[in-house]
Amino acid sequence: MTDFYSGFWGIYIAIIVIASLIGLAYLLKSQMVIKLKKGESADVLHHTWDGDLQEYNNPLPGWWVGLFVLTIAFAVGYLALYPGLVVFGNAIGWTSTKQYATEVKRADDKYAQLYAKFMPMPVPEVARNAEANGMGKRLFGTYCIQCHGVNAQGAKGFPNLTDNDWLYGGTPEKIEQTIQNGRHGQMPAFGAAFGEEKVRDVANYVIKISGRPHNELRAARGEATFKQVCAACHTPAGTGNQDVGAPNLTDKIWLYGGSEATIVETITNGRNNVMPAWKDFLGDAKVHVLAGYVYSLSHGNEAAK
Amino acid sequence: MDKIQKLIEENVAMLIVFTIAILSVAMMVEILPLMFSKSTTQPIEGVKPYTALQLAGRDIYLREGCYNCHSQMIRPFRAETERYGHYSVAGESVYDHPFLWGSKRTGPDLARVGGRYSDEWHRAHLMHPQDVVPESVMPSFPWLAANKVDAAIMPAKMTALRHVGVPYTDAEIAASVKDVEGKTEMDALIAYLQGLGLALKNKR
Repeated sequence: MTDFYSGFWGIYIAIIVIASLIGLAYLLKSQMVIKLKKGESADVLHHTWDGDLQEYNNPLPGWWVGLFVLTIAFAVGYLALYPGLVVFGNAIGWTSTKQYATEVKRADDKYAQLYAKFMPMPVPEVARNAEANGMGKRLFGTYCIQCHGVNAQGAKGFPNLTDNDWLYGGTPEKIEQTIQNGRHGQMPAFGAAFGEEKVRDVANYVIKISGRPHNELRAARGEATFKQVCAACHTPAGTGNQDVGAPNLTDKIWLYGGSEATIVETITNGRNNVMPAWKDFLGDAKVHVLAGYVYSLSHGNEAAK
Repeated sequence: MDKIQKLIEENVAMLIVFTIAILSVAMMVEILPLMFSKSTTQPIEGVKPYTALQLAGRDIYLREGCYNCHSQMIRPFRAETERYGHYSVAGESVYDHPFLWGSKRTGPDLARVGGRYSDEWHRAHLMHPQDVVPESVMPSFPWLAANKVDAAIMPAKMTALRHVGVPYTDAEIAASVKDVEGKTEMDALIAYLQGLGLALKNKR
């Protein structure tokens, strides 16, 4: 076997194992010399312990000898069929990787067509298909709930997928793209550049454009900074840019939270968020089914048609 | 045979000697040869020694007993590889002293958790797992964010590992204090987790 540094180890293993088997067989045979005829009782062994404790020298019970012989026979058969002896044996050519590959191939053969039939369907149609939806839900339950939650409503920092509000776009193509390649959202930190006061000004302006009670004076001061700096990604109107994953700031949906304190924290320290890529791990077919499920989450009425 | 039997039965020392001899047969054929086998002693391509920060994180993983609930060993069964990724191979653990394969899963296997979640996810999750996974039974580890890594001990740790065969260079050992200085235990643990199992990938 090539895995060892030298051929010695294969021979070493074979010799010890075979010698052990022979030794065991000999041990068994050496213990079977005593035979008793019917009615005969066994000798008492020559030693006496604790004054009166003696021991009969009975023959070995037949069932026990039978089991012993069976284990030896099993070992011989096993070593002949499987690669225990390294240098020979292994008649069936077994390896753990081969067994694994067979298992995977059998499953792939069975499940591939299950997924393949959805491949030509457009995502919205997959979303409407009950079977695909069930499969997608299970895929989602295995790979996605850790961040997006069992009900797909996300958590702080992890997008809600049911509200039809999208950081990178909610078209079927964009959803598929997001699952395939992942996303990396970055907002730079402006704490050092703005200073504490200016950060609060901008935060109040952001609250203003989302239509909530704010400090008018601060918002007015923050507007200029927003239009000058933040607008680059969030657009001057603050409606965001799905090409870079910059959120719309004028709605009521917040990835990290919309309180003044949280917005100040976001502007001060920036944000950095990653969705991993699933293309290699899941393959196109599963991603397609998964995309259908994700699409259905925010197109409930339409998907049910 | 009778003589040997008499010897073993009447002399405790000989009983011990023969018992050890018999038990060591399994050790001699099942354990010893693995120390002279390529797949168990050589790193596979892409496996590198832990960086100083990852090493510090690994020791926090040990200290907090993460291995009590998380294994780091994906067995070669489809049911496992579909969920966790490519099965684990021995060549991935050659720099692990001790290895952390584990034998019990209360939480999921972590052998390939590297890159699976974002750093931010790990931070939120370690602070309070139920914030991101409400069903989780994992305890919170908020003190990791407050504690600083003990930087001074790093060169000693790396030197010790070098003695057992991890190829750290003098330069790496010298730089280790600076590498982890000021980092929190949370940073170190996340660095360790994000480096786990990157050498092999499931590809479809």
